[in-house]
Amino acid sequence: MMESEPVEIKPESNETIADTLVVGGGIAGMTVAIETSEVGKKAVLVEREPSLGGRVASMNLYFPKLCPPACGLEINLRRIRSNPNIEILTLSEVESISGSPGNYNVTVKINPRYINARCTACGDCERVCEIERVNVRNEGLDKTKAIYLPHLLAYPPIYVVDPVYAGDDRMKKCVEACQYNAIDLDMQPKTITVNAKAIVWATGWKPYDAAKIDNLGFGQYKNVITSLVMERMASADGPTEGKIIRPSDGKEIARIGFVQCAGSRDENHLPYCSAVCCLASMKQATYVRELYPEAEIHLFYIDVRSPGRLEDFYNKVQDDEKIFFHRGKVGKISENPENGNLILEAEDTLKGTYSKTEVDMAVLAVGLVPSTLESPPPIDTEFDEYGFMRVNETNGVIGCGTVIRPFDVAASVQDATGATLRAINVGTGR
Amino acid sequence: METKVGVFICKGCEIANSLDIDKLMEVATGECQAPVCKAHDMLCVPETVADIKTDIENEGLNRAVIAACSQRVFPELFNFGPHVLVDRTNFREQIAWCHAPNDEDTQMLAQDVIRAAIARVSNSEPPLPYIEETSKDIMVVGGGITGMTAARAASKAGYKVNLIEKEDHLGGWAIKWPKIFPKSPPYDKLQDPGYEELIKEVESDPDISVYKSTTIEKTAGQPGKFEVTLKNGSGPAKFTVGSIVLATGWKPYEPEKLTHLGYGSSPNIITNLQMEDMAASGEMKRPSDGKPIDSIAFIQCAGSRDQDHLPYCSAVCCRVSLKQALYVREKYPDAKIYIIYKDVRSPAQFELFYAGVQDDDAVFFTKGEITGVAGGGDGKIEIDVEETLFGEDIKIKTDMVVLAAGMVPTTRVDEEQTGDDEAANILEKQEKEVKTTADGKKEAESAEKGARILNLSYRQGTDLPTLKYGYPDSHFICFPYETRRTGIYAAGAVRAPMDSSSSTGDAYGAALKAIQAVEATAKGAAVHPRSGDLSFPEFFMQRCTQCKRCTEECPFGTLDEDQKGTPLENPFRCRRCGVCMGACPERIVSFKNYSVNMISQMIKSIDIPDEFEEKPRILAFICENDALPSVDMAGYKRLQYNSMIRIIPLRCLGSMNSVWVSDALARGFDGVLLIGCKKGDDYQCHFIKGSELASYRMENVQEKLKQLVLEEERVEIHEISITEYRKIPKIFDDFLEVIEEVGPNPYKGM
Repeated sequence: MMESEPVEIKPESNETIADTLVVGGGIAGMTVAIETSEVGKKAVLVEREPSLGGRVASMNLYFPKLCPPACGLEINLRRIRSNPNIEILTLSEVESISGSPGNYNVTVKINPRYINARCTACGDCERVCEIERVNVRNEGLDKTKAIYLPHLLAYPPIYVVDPVYAGDDRMKKCVEACQYNAIDLDMQPKTITVNAKAIVWATGWKPYDAAKIDNLGFGQYKNVITSLVMERMASADGPTEGKIIRPSDGKEIARIGFVQCAGSRDENHLPYCSAVCCLASMKQATYVRELYPEAEIHLFYIDVRSPGRLEDFYNKVQDDEKIFFHRGKVGKISENPENGNLILEAEDTLKGTYSKTEVDMAVLAVGLVPSTLESPPPIDTEFDEYGFMRVNETNGVIGCGTVIRPFDVAASVQDATGATLRAINVGTGR
Repeated sequence: METKVGVFICKGCEIANSLDIDKLMEVATGECQAPVCKAHDMLCVPETVADIKTDIENEGLNRAVIAACSQRVFPELFNFGPHVLVDRTNFREQIAWCHAPNDEDTQMLAQDVIRAAIARVSNSEPPLPYIEETSKDIMVVGGGITGMTAARAASKAGYKVNLIEKEDHLGGWAIKWPKIFPKSPPYDKLQDPGYEELIKEVESDPDISVYKSTTIEKTAGQPGKFEVTLKNGSGPAKFTVGSIVLATGWKPYEPEKLTHLGYGSSPNIITNLQMEDMAASGEMKRPSDGKPIDSIAFIQCAGSRDQDHLPYCSAVCCRVSLKQALYVREKYPDAKIYIIYKDVRSPAQFELFYAGVQDDDAVFFTKGEITGVAGGGDGKIEIDVEETLFGEDIKIKTDMVVLAAGMVPTTRVDEEQTGDDEAANILEKQEKEVKTTADGKKEAESAEKGARILNLSYRQGTDLPTLKYGYPDSHFICFPYETRRTGIYAAGAVRAPMDSSSSTGDAYGAALKAIQAVEATAKGAAVHPRSGDLSFPEFFMQRCTQCKRCTEECPFGTLDEDQKGTPLENPFRCRRCGVCMGACPERIVSFKNYSVNMISQMIKSIDIPDEFEEKPRILAFICENDALPSVDMAGYKRLQYNSMIRIIPLRCLGSMNSVWVSDALARGFDGVLLIGCKKGDDYQCHFIKGSELASYRMENVQEKLKQLVLEEERVEIHEISITEYRKIPKIFDDFLEVIEEVGPNPYKGM
């Protein structure tokens, strides 16, 4: 019933201050910002996308509880909504960092949303909008209007205009439809300076580009999809509203193959283990089985890695008589041209045996690549050769979450909570 | 102070197009007697917000009903200071967007929503924080890597720390390791632990008081005021702290239980811990005769991943064996090394470490199940392995076997430890009571028997309740530091099996939560999940009948009780879920802004048409955490449902007092719906037991229905997750059908 002090969504001035500047508004970055503010310190959170939540906001369910990430996201948003100590900059990117621990000056470019704070998310603009764009959030499987609300839990809960279409004449219809004067197509980018005592870098991960694993046929055969596409299809607000269908003919699936270590644990791709894919695939197998009680699942693995109590989940999945575990790495995927089915050829390196399994859809459990490989912080930072930031407590920017190693959500939140205190201590010079 | 309510109605976002605003204003100022009621084209623009502020000031209003959109939209706008209680009455997502416009029933719904909102703010007060003088010191229990790191992290942040260690030295297990597995790129070489530096830092830190050879006799009180009594202490026997980090780590799974793997049958079968000692001493030899090691086998998952022992994976043993294989390789370059495993688990960059060992020609990895281990007369060990891959049996003969034994949290209590201790028996009895009342199958087994580490003087048990296998946590996905004892946070291997570098990170996280707890407590504010909430439960003790429901059902062990069973309040332990309020049959528990009376008045305020009009009325108690946002989302998606539903949000379904159901039925409501989140093993309740308690209370409700001679179909309980908004209309409409079939409530109009 009560909300407390106002939260500034966008600063009016070109300068702001923070105890901790957090870069990346996914689950790790949000956690750092919230935890910082709940100690009574000020956090500024910089997010590149129009809304918070990062990859978690696009996931269907978490393992091992098979519960929706939206539940955790909502409670974190609630903590943000009632906290005056968090300033959120969406559509924003860090351009430069100068200074040293205790006193950094960070320039942040805020890209135009073309929507101001008067937006009520009533949707009138969307209804009249004639332009459609590819929906990146749904892995390109459907479209949104050029003016859109990122998703139902979007925070800030306001619309955004795809910048590609901001100058398009057809957008004027939207402007006219808005009763609140919330659309401003002339909005310009702006740059602000954040003076921060410490910086936490939590820009997360990207999926390994499955097209690079050429023997697995991604991009070549329609029915080879990535684990991320699977997650969107299964989501109630995804492109198929929760139906798992195969892309070639829209047929609901009956026999799925999960290809583990698609890129990971592979010298030619990602030599490290991505740590979450075994459990992610088992989770997907579980919900597929729930949705399609007749479906058969074939999971190809090198080692099943379910540390700690997650072993219980592995046991539960093993008990399912229609989920088959095959030890062996899938070396080749080919298509049966008659029916669009896929033939998975797996080699068991220990046994030296070879198997062929036909499925109607193959899900590649693609690995995690730290976003810092492509976009490192613009300041001297230590990395390993895969682009993961080194844990560093004394010298500047603190890496957090999947930029330091592949983590699942629980471990990311744990790491983020710790990074919060590391940052506070860096900020106070102790 | 007299309440003066202002009602502000938004006409935007289709509200004015679907409702008769003038009639709504009549209801507000007429029968509800609100001194001020204004309608604006849009409430959310700065100009209108300024107008509302002016009205509040000029008219001396101390309550504001903002009848507009969901409170999840524009949370920051409608804040008029601590003395003005605001209700965000949702006309948009819950009325205009999901019901037929300009319809008699929709209008009646909106009028009832206004009545209930006015009743709500008129029967509640702005909360005043509970403030007492509190300590901001932190106690860290356990002087291993986790505990020392947590102590240093908190001290660096400016907090005084008392560090308790039961041994006569700091360092825990990790100082015994000669090497640790690689943490730095290129992740292929063992590293020196370097923990001496940390020990020195801790011992020379003026803000850390280290108590060695010390255990805790008793921890009384509550966050901000934990009174700790030490045993065998080297310093003063008592101190007060604000919060606690439990970092007591792990113990090895007892090797004596591993007879199926040959432990005890030959001196040459040892555990990984013994191997570590051997490596540290530099005397790595075959124990039976001191001969050099020509061959050695590591048996993975010795106890772990085994339903008869530890069903979970101990997470570190694969890497420990890889490390120990390298110890052997270094000392005996020609030794043959076998690693017999189920799956090699070397997550993340540790894969590089594994890959390096795999490249070693003298290390043989065998995936298989052990079917027998036996010592031969020559001191050699024979291992029978069923190779799961080939399906054939092989025999491996080695000089030595190392069992990669798993980790057990120190909070895990085995049967014999509880034994005949009188206090433990009492607690066990209490635990049973809790079980039968709350039907909590997973109740905190070992902790309520008493792991006897913190020795809390809590009515619900001496230590942190555990979830499974003795690990004390609850929401381990979203909120890994959440425990069921406010102000006490577990870290390191006591929280989950983990390696030393993860423990270091974990220590920082728990220290941060401990700092938050002392800061929030000092302000009288709640910690997670209602962080910052200043309300707290107050008890009208004169009417207490000592039924003990509140003391038993609180998920956080907030209430103690005196000898008669009267609850003793500990407001700083409270998370403000209201479970105690829901539990109390005498209705004596109230928050300033959330009470049995407030909800009863809301129920009473709703108009019940005569039965002849065929306008059934359904009351829906909806948990505000997940189910209510889900209702909002249904509205956002313009999903339509019937207008006979009247929604009352609750802090948690566990705060539902069954008296409200009787109130509603006595008042003439035809049916009552309860919507909360999932219960059971994979529960989603933010307060852990809320939805489970609500379903338990349904039994009482059914009992009441019988007494009133009403059909049991009139009350339904549903579980929903936040993303299941598509189910909302179906739940509402199906229930309406049920009610229409059952017919009107005979108490209507009485």
